[in-house]
This record gives sequence, C-alpha cells and structure tokens, in this order.
Amino acid sequence: MSESLNNSNNTPVIKCESVYKIFGNNASKLLENSNGQVDAKTFQEAGCIVGVNNASFGVKKGEMMVVMGLSGSGKSTLLRCISKLTDATAGKIFIDGEDLLAMSNKQLIELRRNKMGMVFQSFALLPHKTVIENIAFPLQIKGTGTRDSMAKALEMVELVGLKGRENYFPRELSGGQQQRVGIARSLAVEPDIWFLDEPFSALDPLIRKEMQDEFLRLQGVLNKTIMFVTHDFDEALRLADRIAIMKDGIIEQLDTPDNIVLNPATEYVKKFTEDVPREKVLKIESIMDAYDSNISSDIKVSKDAIIETLAESILNSKEILTVVNKNNEIVGSLNPSKVIKVIFGK
Amino acid sequence: MLTNFKNSRPQQFTFLFFVFLLLYFFVPENENSLLWRLPPLLKDIPLLINSLLDNLMFKWLTVPVYDPDWQMYEDKPVFRLITRAIADFLLFLIIFIREIFLGGLQTIGSITGGAFKEFKWLYLPAVPWTAVVVGLFILGYRLQGLGLAFIASIGFFYVSIFGQWEPTMETLSLVLVTAPICFVLGLSFGILGYLSKKVEKILQPILNIAQTMPHFSYLVPILVLFGIGDHAGAVATIIFATPPMIRLTILGLKKISPEVVESGLMSGCNRFQLLFRVLIPTARRDILIGVNQVIMQCLAMTTIAAFIGAKGLGFNLKVALNGLKIGKAAEIGICVVIIAVVLDKLSLAWANKQKDYFANLNFYKKNIASIYFILLTTVLGVLAYISAFYFENGFNYLYLIPFGEGLTIAPILDAGVDWIWETFFYYLNIFNKFLITNVLFVMRDAYLGMPVISTFVLVMGAGYIIGGIRSCIIVGALILFIALSEYWNRALITAYMATFAVGVSAILGIVTGSICARNEISAKFILGVCDFFQTFPSFIYLIPVILLFGITDTSVMIAAIAYASVPATRYTVEGLRSVPSSLHDAASMSGVSNFQRWKSIELPLAFPHIMLGINQTLIFALMMIVLGALIGTEDLGQIIMGCLSRPNGAGIGLTLGIFVSFICLAADNLIRTWADERKKMLGID
Repeated sequence: MSESLNNSNNTPVIKCESVYKIFGNNASKLLENSNGQVDAKTFQEAGCIVGVNNASFGVKKGEMMVVMGLSGSGKSTLLRCISKLTDATAGKIFIDGEDLLAMSNKQLIELRRNKMGMVFQSFALLPHKTVIENIAFPLQIKGTGTRDSMAKALEMVELVGLKGRENYFPRELSGGQQQRVGIARSLAVEPDIWFLDEPFSALDPLIRKEMQDEFLRLQGVLNKTIMFVTHDFDEALRLADRIAIMKDGIIEQLDTPDNIVLNPATEYVKKFTEDVPREKVLKIESIMDAYDSNISSDIKVSKDAIIETLAESILNSKEILTVVNKNNEIVGSLNPSKVIKVIFGK
Repeated sequence: MLTNFKNSRPQQFTFLFFVFLLLYFFVPENENSLLWRLPPLLKDIPLLINSLLDNLMFKWLTVPVYDPDWQMYEDKPVFRLITRAIADFLLFLIIFIREIFLGGLQTIGSITGGAFKEFKWLYLPAVPWTAVVVGLFILGYRLQGLGLAFIASIGFFYVSIFGQWEPTMETLSLVLVTAPICFVLGLSFGILGYLSKKVEKILQPILNIAQTMPHFSYLVPILVLFGIGDHAGAVATIIFATPPMIRLTILGLKKISPEVVESGLMSGCNRFQLLFRVLIPTARRDILIGVNQVIMQCLAMTTIAAFIGAKGLGFNLKVALNGLKIGKAAEIGICVVIIAVVLDKLSLAWANKQKDYFANLNFYKKNIASIYFILLTTVLGVLAYISAFYFENGFNYLYLIPFGEGLTIAPILDAGVDWIWETFFYYLNIFNKFLITNVLFVMRDAYLGMPVISTFVLVMGAGYIIGGIRSCIIVGALILFIALSEYWNRALITAYMATFAVGVSAILGIVTGSICARNEISAKFILGVCDFFQTFPSFIYLIPVILLFGITDTSVMIAAIAYASVPATRYTVEGLRSVPSSLHDAASMSGVSNFQRWKSIELPLAFPHIMLGINQTLIFALMMIVLGALIGTEDLGQIIMGCLSRPNGAGIGLTLGIFVSFICLAADNLIRTWADERKKMLGID
C-alpha cells in the first residue's frame, strides 16, 4: 500500500497495454496469426466479433476517465476487461502496478473486495434486500460484522441522500433513487478505483442532470480514480478529465475535452464535436494569449473557468483581461474578441 | 416456377400430401413388404431391459450380509440392498408424517425398538383435525389474507366432515414426504445444469423424455425395483415430479440479469457466496413456482401411484371406479380437487409473497402466527381429549372422523347419475354410437391401413420442409424406433386417438380462446378457469365421462378432449392478448371490423404461440389417452396398463412409455422449430 502511494505520481493506477477482446471460438488463435493487426471485417467473416481492439492507456490517481462510444463500440467490454468480469483475449492490464491477468481467483476476489467498486446501468440491486442491506452487502461478503457494516451502510445512505428510506426495497424506489443505492453500494468498501457503466443512461433527462451534479459533488469529496462509460457525448464533456472515444473497439482519440472539441483527430470524432456549443466546453485557458503587461487590464479571470460562465462579464468589460491560475499567478491574457469568435465563429 | 416452389411452404406441403396419398393408395397391404410394415427388429429391447433389471436385482455384485434370524451370512446383491434401504427410509418418513395426522404405533415403536404391540403408551396421538384446519387458516392468512385462509380451512373442514380425512391425510403424507425431496433434488440438479453447460446438455434430453412419458410407464419398473406399497408410490412420485423443478430452476437462474451477477462478482463474492446470496435469492420466485409445480405433480402422481399400492384417495378412487360406484368416486374426486386447489393456492401465495421488512419487531411480534398456532393446537388437543369422554361410545368427532363415517352425498350423486341416464340415455347412446361407428372406427381403419413408407414420407417430409435435414433425421429416427418394434399397429391406434383429440381440442380451444380474449374481464376469467382445470390430477377427468358415456372409447376421447383443450385455450388467450396495443391502434385507424382484426392481425401474430399450445395439447391428450386404458382402449396404453399385472412387464412398460414419449418429441421438434422460426420472422421475443 505504501509503495503504491509513493509511486502514485508516476505509475498510473490503471494501465492497459495493447488489450484485445475478441469473442468467438478460435479468437486467440486468429489473433496470434494476425500479429496485432486486427481488422473487424475479416474477423467477422471468421465468426469472431471484435470487442476491444488494441487499447493502450493509463489512468492516473484521482483522474476521471470517460469512455465514450455508441452501442457496440466496445466501451462496456473494455470496462469489463479491466474489472476482469470478462477475460481479455490478449494484452496486459495493471492495477496499481500489479498484473491483473496473472492474478489467482483469490487475489482477484481480494482486489474486488477492497479496491474496486462498480455501478451498473440497470442498477443491479438485489431484489430481496432492503436499501441498507444492499449497501451493506459488499461489506458482509467481505466478512465485516453486522453492526459495523450496518453503521457504514447508514453513513453511505446519508452520503447519497437517501436517509429515511433505508428500509425500503428496491421495487419501492424510483430509478434515480435506485441508482443512488447502486452508487452507495459501490462506495461502501471505500474503493480506490470506481467503475461506472452508463450509470445514468436509464434515467430521465432531468434526473440524469441531477445525478450528474450529485456525482460531481461526490467526486469532489472523495477524489477516486474513475472509469466512466457513457454513450452521451455531452455527459462525457461535462464530467471527464479525459475522454476516450471508441468506435468498433478502437480508441479513436484519447484526450481532454478541450482538445477533442478543438482538434478532433478523426472524421468520426468530428461528427460528435460539430454541434457542441464550444463556450460550454472550453476553458479560458484554451483561448488565452501569452501575457503582455502593456495591454492587459487589472481584471483577472481564472484559467480553469468555462468560457460560458464568464462570457457576459468579459464582453461587457471591453478590455483585455489577465488570466491567472489557482494560486493567483498570472499565466496569460485574454482578448474578448476571442470569446466572440468561440461563440459565433466556426 | 421452380423458385416459386422453393419459397412457398403451402405448395411444398401440398406436394408432400399428394405424394403421401399416392403412396397410401398404391402400396399394397402385404405383411412381407418392407413398404407396408417394417420387421420388428427391436422386439428384444423389452427382454433386454427385463434381464438387465433381473440381473441388477438378484445377481449383480453380491455381498455377504448377516441374517440374524438364520444366524448366518447370506449373499445379497448390492443393488437390491440399496433399493431396499431407500424404500425403508421413505416408508419410515411416510409413516411418521402419517402418524402425526392420524396417530399410530409404528414410529415411536420403530425408533425405540420396542415390541410396540404390547405398549399402549407408545401410541403417537394424532393432531386433531380441528387443529389442522385452524393451522391452515393461520397459514393462509399469513401467506395472503382472509380469502385464502377461508378457502384452505373450509376445504379441509369439508374433507373432514365428509369422512375422507383418513385417505386425504394418507395422500397428503405422501406429498409432504416426496415434495421436499423433489425440491432438493430438483434444485441441486438445476444449479448443476446452470453452472455447467455439459450437465445441462445431458439433462435436457432426459428431462424431455421424462416429461412426456405417461405416468403409467414409470410404475412398472419401479414395481420391480421397489416392490409394492407406499414407498414405491413415493419413488414413482419423486421421479415424476422432479423434472419440472430442475427445468424451472435452470430457467429462473438463467433469467437473472447479467448485471446482477456482475454486481455480485464486483462485491467480491466467491462461487459459494454468489450462488447462495445472490443467484438463488434473486431467482426466488421462479424457484418457488417450481415448488408449486412439484406439489401439484406430486399430488397427481400419488393418486395414480395407487396402482402400485400407495394408500390414500387414489386407492379409494380406484376401488370405487372398479366397482362402478360413481357417486362414491365423485365424492372422492371432489376431495382430490379441493386438496389440489388448496395446495396450489397456498404454494402460489408463498411464491408471490414478497418479503416484508421486520427491522424493529420483537420476538412475540415476529412469531405471532406460530404462537397462536401452538396455543390453539393445545386448546383443541385438550378439547379433543375431553370430548373423548362425551363421545364415549361412538367416534370422537373432535379428534378424527374415521373413513366413511362422516356426511355423504354419494346417494344424491348416484340418484343424479341415474336420473341423467334415464333421461338422456337415448340421446347419449345415439351420439355415442354415431361417434364410434361413423368417426372413430373409420379413422382408426384409415390409420391402420397406412403403409409404413407413406407415414415416413409424410413425417420426414414435414420435418425437411420445416427444419431442414436436421429435423428430418431427428423425427425420422424417433419414429423409426417405434416402427421397428412389434407395436407399430398399437402406436397407430394411439396416433389416431391423439389426432382426433388434438384436432377437436385445438378447434375448441382456439374458438373459446378467441372469443374470451376479446376483452380483459373475460380473458382473465377464462385463464382462471384454465388454472382451475389444470390444478387437479388427470385421473379425475375420467369420473364424469364414465358417468355419462360408460366404458367406451367415447369416454376416453371426451376426457382427453376436455383435458387437452385447457392448454389450447390458455395459449390462444395469451397469444392474442400479447399482440401489442400499437398494432391494435394502427388496425383501428385502418378501419378494420372485429373479424378482420382477428383474422389478419391478431391470429397471424399469435399463431406461433398458439402452436406451442397445440404442442402442449398433444402431450396432454396422449397422457389422457394412455390413462384411458383404465377404462379400456386398445392402444399402447392398454398394454402398459396390462404390464402392471405381468411378471415381466417392466421392459414392455418402459419401452412403450418411451414410444409415447417419442411421438410427443417428434411432434414437439416440428412444432417448436416452426414456431421459433416464425417468431423470429415476426420479431416477437
């Protein structure tokens, strides 16, 4: 544990190296023959379906990585490879520097009991257990005593704002409430790594927005390492530190929301970014110029602010502004004309 | 023209039928011709089975066993020792439960090893019937509410005061012993089947055969292995009632959403925890529906097990039917129906009951029902003890009403039957004679005059058209097995009866179902009626038909039609009701009439499901036709029945049972393949 803390700055918590997942009877043999050059079409002709095609990336501690793709793009399969709910066909996966694929079943169970939590699209609550029993379930599986696990579960109930409903059954809750239970359950063992598989996709748009806010609040408090799967590009932009866009099992682009919107790597990614209102995504940082003390006024703006939130005051000021970072150090200057270009330009 | 033929099933079937007719009329009747009948190459199979059983029971793998009576060692075959041990164990359990309800000496006697006849204090007193009724009331109330409480308690109250308490408790004791064993066996095999694809692949065909074999064919081999008596009945019941439990367990476990399984895994469950804390509790309802099935099948089989010496209602029913005491038989039949309904409702209520949360209840509140039950049982026990002095010279009516000492409506029923006979005999007789001479015999002769080659062309051709070469070979192999035996003609008779029964049942079921599916209330009503008629054992259907038509083929046919119409009706209603409402709206906006809606929208969409109903109808009809041997038919069933009293009947009984099963499986293959393909084409499920 202490070792991983020391390494936390340079070693990613989750690391994938050329991960492949191919469904079908002779998948591994076909893969061996292909020398890593996997083409979905030829594999399909051989009766195999490509789920994940050569995925390599790392997720840093405390980072929120969102995997975005349409249905069938392999995003959930990738997540399941990393949580080892399915076995990757080839490649290496490291969790905290440990080789996931080499782990024994016992080690895997220990890992899941202590380090991982997962939230599911259809909530996947146990129908025969109440809210509090559902939340306490991972603790009880781990062997925590009833009194301790119930106390911890009650804490979690409060954290997700379900106090007073702890003795309800899942069937008596709305979708949003059920997913709060799912979230509380996945957090009960205080995992370092948090997997979320389309957690808000089954919810109504209004509830989804509310849950995203709640999720951001929780992450602000907890600061977990997160892999979040979604098919909703807006959701990805809203939540992510970095986004991986997947198509046919291939990661088309893996970058920060800003960079994806400003510089889409492929035609496919571009289709998503075209209709995105940039002022809602981009930060001041992405349109600032180098600092020039001669022309900049004293009005300061934070480089991490989203453009839209400050647009009105920036345009009203009609001056060139000074951009500062978290510690109030000057990092650049901002010309309001840039803001106009972002909002109205192409 | 040719491509058109390739794509048009109606054309293909017309052509097939034409070839069939051609062969039918041009192949001459000639015992030596292979086209007419195949030689009985497989006639030794029953003998093989017999000698296998014989060897197992008397010769194979003997071990010396000490015999205390003769004070010497004697060689005994292991297999026989095992079956004897199982039999003794079951018998002990049955007697134990039986003596709880009826009182007796044997249980305590056999545990203490006392010479029980001499010690009166060894007598285990029965729970008074009043306490059982009160217990059922409390159970019904706890499981569902006052309605069920009254149904359960009044049902058993009726049974008691009409003097059927003793046989009912005998039957019930068999159910209470066999049902839990079936549950444990079924659940275990179901879990194994769920966990391992290999096990499931092995189980599937066994389950298919087990569920389509007629009840009777189980009885004969069991008779050989376990002898006669309650324990043999119990073994037959267990073998008969376990398959549906296995099937429902696998189905229930497979239905669990993969995300729930994954959530269990991500919580860090090991295999054991996943199974017992996630999978089984999540599939609780389906598993309990399996328990309901088990209980109903047990009840059905325990009545039929009367033929191998199981005591209880079935035994009395058999005696009454043999003596043609219709009134008495009907009275017993009513009791069987009552018990079936009560057990069905109770176990369904248990399955549908959802767990409530009792976080802050104290011991008294949690166990209030049990406390009341114990209290009331004590009170009623004391009451029964006191009343023993009051009813000193007769029977203690508050303790146990002996068989045949209660009220009876048999004379009224008999008078009713007499009246029906006197009033309607003429018309019934005309109908009966007409049906037999103008329909049934004509059909039978037509079937018997069918050359074997034309049968194969028809059946295998249908298989080829519907499911390609695979279905063609499967169906052909199943039928070939029968054709190579000595019993082809008998099988043809069975087939003709089945065709007739299924045809009439299908028409009845589809018409009734279509009419009732028109609105929600009537649909619910008819499904309720179907539930009710499916509840009680097939045996019961024979009572009213014998009453009306006496001992003829007509009786069997009508019983089979009545019994087999139930699934046809049910599936029709379900199929029609499941047509999506958006389609109804679309149809209404196109301005269809009611008949147009039924003909061009509802029926085509519901038809695959209805065909699955017809599949069930065939199984039901065959079961009843074989059972009909009880009242005398001349098909396969008659021989199976006959095997019960023959010393070497086991092999024949088993083989013929498998034949009946094969007929079902062949039809099942055709219908299911077609329905699945059709459903896929229509985009339903």
